Amino acid sequence: MKRLRAWLVRLAGLWPAARRERELADEIESHLQMHIADNLRSGMRPEQARRDAILKLGGVEPAKEAYRDRRTVPVLENLMRDARYAIRQLRKNPGFTCAAVTVLGLGMCASVAVFAFVDATLIKPLPYRDPARLVGLFETVQFCPRCPLSYPDYLDWKRLNKVFTAVDAFEGTGFTMRTNSGTEMVSGAQVTAGFFRTLGVSPVLGRDFRAGEDSPAAPRTAMLSYAAWQKRYAGKAALLGQTVTLNGAPNTIIGVLPRDFHFAAAGEPEFWTALHASNSCYPQRGCHSLHGLARLRDGISLQTADANIKLIAGELEKQYSSNRGQGGSVVSLTELEVGHIRPILTVLLCGAGLLLLIACVNVTSLVLVRAEARRREMAVRSALGGSRARLVSQFVTEAVVLVAAGAALGLVSAKWLMRLLIGLIGPDQMAAMPFLYGLSLNVRMLAFAVAVSIGAAALFSITPAWRSFSPDLREGLAEGGRGSAGTTWRRFGANLVVLELAIAVVLLVGAGLLGKSFYRLLHVDMGMQPDRLATLRIAEPDSIRDNNAKVVALAREIVSRTASLPGVESVGISSLLPVMGGNTMWIRVLGHPFHGEHNEVGYRQVSSGYFTTLRAKLLRGRYFTEADDASKPPVVIIDRALAEKYFPGEDPVGRQMAYSGADSPPMQVVGIVDDIKEGALDETTWPTLYVAFNQDPDDYFALVVRTSKGERALLPTIAGAIRRIDPGISTFDQRTMTERIDNTTAAYLRRCSTWLVGGFASLALLLGAAGIYGVIAYSVSRRTREIGVRMALGAQRGTVYRLILQEAGWLIAAGIGIGLVCSVAAASLLHGLLFGVRPADPETLATVAVLLAISALLACYIPARRAASINPVEALRAD
Amino acid sequence: MNDKTDVWQGTLALMVLKTIETMGPLHGYGIARRIEQTSGNLLSLNYGTLYPALLKLEQEGAIASAWGVSENNRKAKFYRLTRGGRRQLAKEARDWRQATAILARFLSPSGGVA
Repeated sequence: MKRLRAWLVRLAGLWPAARRERELADEIESHLQMHIADNLRSGMRPEQARRDAILKLGGVEPAKEAYRDRRTVPVLENLMRDARYAIRQLRKNPGFTCAAVTVLGLGMCASVAVFAFVDATLIKPLPYRDPARLVGLFETVQFCPRCPLSYPDYLDWKRLNKVFTAVDAFEGTGFTMRTNSGTEMVSGAQVTAGFFRTLGVSPVLGRDFRAGEDSPAAPRTAMLSYAAWQKRYAGKAALLGQTVTLNGAPNTIIGVLPRDFHFAAAGEPEFWTALHASNSCYPQRGCHSLHGLARLRDGISLQTADANIKLIAGELEKQYSSNRGQGGSVVSLTELEVGHIRPILTVLLCGAGLLLLIACVNVTSLVLVRAEARRREMAVRSALGGSRARLVSQFVTEAVVLVAAGAALGLVSAKWLMRLLIGLIGPDQMAAMPFLYGLSLNVRMLAFAVAVSIGAAALFSITPAWRSFSPDLREGLAEGGRGSAGTTWRRFGANLVVLELAIAVVLLVGAGLLGKSFYRLLHVDMGMQPDRLATLRIAEPDSIRDNNAKVVALAREIVSRTASLPGVESVGISSLLPVMGGNTMWIRVLGHPFHGEHNEVGYRQVSSGYFTTLRAKLLRGRYFTEADDASKPPVVIIDRALAEKYFPGEDPVGRQMAYSGADSPPMQVVGIVDDIKEGALDETTWPTLYVAFNQDPDDYFALVVRTSKGERALLPTIAGAIRRIDPGISTFDQRTMTERIDNTTAAYLRRCSTWLVGGFASLALLLGAAGIYGVIAYSVSRRTREIGVRMALGAQRGTVYRLILQEAGWLIAAGIGIGLVCSVAAASLLHGLLFGVRPADPETLATVAVLLAISALLACYIPARRAASINPVEALRAD
Repeated sequence: MNDKTDVWQGTLALMVLKTIETMGPLHGYGIARRIEQTSGNLLSLNYGTLYPALLKLEQEGAIASAWGVSENNRKAKFYRLTRGGRRQLAKEARDWRQATAILARFLSPSGGVA
């Protein structure tokens, strides 16, 4: 207690106060006077009396110094003095300070902002109880490693497994919702009754689904997301017990989920309803629509669970022909939620880290140049008795002040950069990454910033201190700070700039490869012309859902109304749009041997105008016509991939196919269309079967509209016109085809990484050029006299240019050479993001090498010019 | 001079406290002289070390100081004992007495073996 009190008083003593100093002087003086008076009384002569008094005190100044040491904390006091001195020094060199703080701030900004994303995604745990024990369950088939489960399989897995405490299922979906103004499409999910208990999430309002509430006969109930509660019910508690009409059926609202709850695997549902297993898909083992969620039993590893599920899947495979070729797989929920952005985050983190490194190297060389210029000061201070520790502490303090300023700048700008990056993420991607909501500076990020700062401060203090004390301080005093001191520095500084250039090469190559992948991806053969295409999705009224004739009639009406709008060239319907992926079917070719194998192909129901609206390429045969309806025998169109895989060496047109079921009617192939990118841009096209919409309709489809111009502006008009036909129709997901392509995960991931890594690389290029400029300029300033002598001895300006640029050339060549080797190794990190380009792409490597070489040589030209224009007379006279 | 003992580490504070207790409020010089006198001039006290010791006691709250006028009309800083200081003095004196008693037993001719 009293120690603490003493410490606090001493800390307070750090603030300089003239009064305290005066009091000390007074007290010592009065002490001396009393002592002298006593001495005089005892018979000493005046000067002897004074001398004795001072001697007994151990000297006036030492006594005061001992007192002062006790008054404050000497270490801290020195530190504050150092800090004040450091700030003064830094203010005296505004150029150096600005450059160092800005460069450091840039590096910090990039790395902190990227770390924020890493933190939100990979470090912060998901908002569930013990999230590490939660897993997702999938069925696997040859082309689809994470496929949905069928309801009977889900029930069997739940019953037979020995590794989970709970197994539940969910299905992300859309609901049509009756509102006052018509029918709206809302995002939703259906879950089994135990779903939220398995997650360990309790509602903030109302109750969870009760066991058995998901049985087909149970009354329908719904829970709301927090956002939907706020948006649709203004956050009022009175919503409990109210009904909401979803997909034409009334549901009682029973609860509201917590604000921070999210579950990206089901999308971003507003309404959660119990899964009543009532539609036609659920009883079939071949109809896969559910995702499994399970909690691992204590002591059971992911591998054990996976093995158990594979075993069960194997049993089911033997038992049911519909399960042929189907395995099972257990994936951690964390992997499921954040796995898709882990590669890009890794790349960005590496990029930001490299940028930070290059920034640190840059500042280190600035600090070194300054330390070099201060060798003499250090030598003098050392000669005057400054201990090595005190001199080093001066370097440390300066580095800390510098880094603190840089870190402050970096943190503030990181906040802006984070906001910018969040803005870059479209609403679609945000829905898939709900953990990014509310991204802001937090303790972990501050800790990260502090850790980086400590590292940087250590680097900036150790390097100059080490340099200043080797080989010998006295040398600095002797040589007068000119001449040969430069040679050792040149060797060291040169290494730094080579490192800097090498890092810049790595970043530039990374950006180049990503950019090229992005370009290749956007120019992949789509099999259609995506420009000027407006698209939207439509759900026909719930009342006509099961009446095919009415569904077709309404679809025809929608098409003809849309086609009559001004600016519309043609209109087509498809059950799903290109690049969305989607449903599959098992087929067989009549006349080919068939033993029940699962020939899985993509499957789309399309209208007569669909292919012409997309401007797809017809290879053979014909497109559908309006006459291909329920009264005619079924016809299909296949794409090139399907033709090549299932009709090798044959002409498919006129041949017959069927679905794999025994009672499936034969369908005649009437045309072959060139492959359309129906799935992800970066995957090879899966064989696809197109059936005539009029023969196999769906009340839930997409409309594709070719416009003469301004497809974006036309979308609301189209949607309005369609809803006027029948208020029960809901339209949603209005988007141009180009937007759809740009927003696909494949394009989006590469766009983001290209922009960010590109940004980092540009900064690295700038810093690299600045770095080599600094090295060469410093070298020229050191060699002024040498160059003066050479010129006095008859060297031409050209020779001087060559001398300087040769030095620069070696450094640049070394940097680029090392960089190229490193980047080939580093590019393998990128392989998941690369598309249509090899990691060691010679074109990119050559471009980067040339670009960097030119920028660096340009940067060196300035000091070289200065060297060539040295006046030998002045250079020799100086000093 | 040479046969005088230096002040042992840690005992100066106790001497200062005891002196102030005995003498009442006193200035630094007075304390120093009093300590030397009390020791029968056997102790050699470096007066320069007294002031940091006083400051330390003041920081710990054992003593308080105020400017006043000395016996021969000189301005001087007077130190007085606080209540905390009295407690500290009592405790440290007890500790010392115990310590010296123990040491005395060891050093007594009977060798401290009871």
